[in-house]
Amino acid sequence: MTWAAAGVVVRFGPTTALDGVDVTLEAGRIHALIGGDGSGKSTLLRALAGVQPIDAGTVRRPPAGHIGFVSAGGGVFPDLTVDENVEFIAGAYRLAAWRDRADGLLQRAGLTPFRDRVAGHLSGGQHRKLAGTLALLPQPALLVLDELTTGLDPLSRMEIWRLQADAAAAGTAVVAATAYLDEAERAEEVVLLHRGRVLAAGSPQSVVDAVPGCVDDVAQPDDPDRAWRRGARWRQWRPEGERRPDAPLRLEDAAIIIELSAELAADR
Amino acid sequence: MRRDRRTMALMFAVPLLMLTVFGYAARYDVASIPTAVVGPVPPGVVQALGPAFPVVQRQPAGTEASARRLLRDSKAQVALVPTAGGTAVLVDGTELFSAESALRRLDGVPGARVELLYNPRLKTSSVMLPGIIGFILLFVGLFIISLGVVREREQGTLEQFAVTPLRPVDVILGKMVPYFLIALFNLVLGVVAAIVLFGVPFRGSVLLFAAFGLSFLFAVLGFGVLVATASRTQAQAVQLAILVILPQVMVSGMVFPLNAMPAGVRWLGWIMPLTYFILGTRGILLKAAPLTAVWFPLVVLVAMAAAVFGLSVVQFRRVLA
Repeated sequence: MTWAAAGVVVRFGPTTALDGVDVTLEAGRIHALIGGDGSGKSTLLRALAGVQPIDAGTVRRPPAGHIGFVSAGGGVFPDLTVDENVEFIAGAYRLAAWRDRADGLLQRAGLTPFRDRVAGHLSGGQHRKLAGTLALLPQPALLVLDELTTGLDPLSRMEIWRLQADAAAAGTAVVAATAYLDEAERAEEVVLLHRGRVLAAGSPQSVVDAVPGCVDDVAQPDDPDRAWRRGARWRQWRPEGERRPDAPLRLEDAAIIIELSAELAADR
Repeated sequence: MRRDRRTMALMFAVPLLMLTVFGYAARYDVASIPTAVVGPVPPGVVQALGPAFPVVQRQPAGTEASARRLLRDSKAQVALVPTAGGTAVLVDGTELFSAESALRRLDGVPGARVELLYNPRLKTSSVMLPGIIGFILLFVGLFIISLGVVREREQGTLEQFAVTPLRPVDVILGKMVPYFLIALFNLVLGVVAAIVLFGVPFRGSVLLFAAFGLSFLFAVLGFGVLVATASRTQAQAVQLAILVILPQVMVSGMVFPLNAMPAGVRWLGWIMPLTYFILGTRGILLKAAPLTAVWFPLVVLVAMAAAVFGLSVVQFRRVLA
């Protein structure tokens, strides 16, 4: 089963947040949505989940009750305990036999010791893991996650990725916006958004392979327009250069180059 | 700051509104007291009262009972009726400021036997408490509903419902029913406190009072949801709630008598639900006013509640869509 956005346009007053976006989401696969701040990631996710009205285009999504959605920073009722959150969501989705599944998900998310704790008193990581658990509880056909891992420690990020991977293995189409390109590299599909448009889509490797030239690791760039910092050194893109096997491109490099090219083209 | 229109309105429009309304509406001295002349009252007596007592009702064949009925039904605030010992001047004690003004003016009128009805000791608490109950419902209801709903919007939990099988009407009911019950509890508590602590009489029909109370609660609930749907943050909701509450308190007749206000300001009172709640509940509590006496404020209040509540449901559905 596939879910899709086709030619989706969303405007906020004079600002076009999404400008004819096409995305296909396949069951059993994880799709990473990447892009800079204001690229339209959250708007696209909200449109896919059905909580954002669209101005043009179409969205094919599962019916309500078969979608799991975690908005940026949301998805948890802070005045309820962990158990009460789970019970409330089970009620809202009208789930019948959910307790065993909830036990398993809470165990997997490392939240079992905190079941009686009020969600508002959980740590940031626990809060986000609970949000993910709640979204997964109804065994959704489409799981939409907006930067669920942002600001979390590596261990918590790993646990959330494990939850997503489990969902995909069970046949859920997962689409997750992320600020971490190393996470996006683990997804089966990557969609790069820039100023409300899809600049690149495909497997992480195919996105990398589509970028021409090579990237050098240099102390001081001689072409600042095509260079960016990484730690104390610089990465510099040479469009005409030949890629060497000992200096492979990473998804992060590819994403920066694609966005850089779009900016340079727009400037021209 | 200049982009925050609501704060700007709160800083400039509200002080201007307060200044204007307080300036024109803040009058305790009632200069015109609607008067009824019932039965064969000598013309000299009526003339002796002077222009402060405009005659709004004349019932030449009427009796003292019909004069009392006119005051109970708020058709007049003073009624002249002939009795064996001269002319009785019946004064409606529930219209506190009109009654005080009438007593001052009647002091020098010869042969006038004044009788204060419904609130013979002119107790301020008896007259004020129905208004205060309404104000508390408005204040508490508006804040708990608007802040509660906006808080959920801020936390992103409200839009969570859009992906569940719950219909918008389920969510709306789920949100409103608890607030309605809390406000209802406040209403009952307010009435009991008024009776037990302040000795306010409850002379009329409980059912009729409940009809006013429930209609007003629906209106308050509607205002609360409208404020919530128009606000992105809790701070905005507080600002907007104040903008809704302030004018109602100022021109509803709760603090300043409506018939002391100039017509240019008084009409504001006639578009506020609190005005009709006070008119109805004051009549029911203090005068045992039956439905025939308070049907008009009840009909207006029900219509206002239906309009505000209906609009709020439409707006809430938009937020959830």
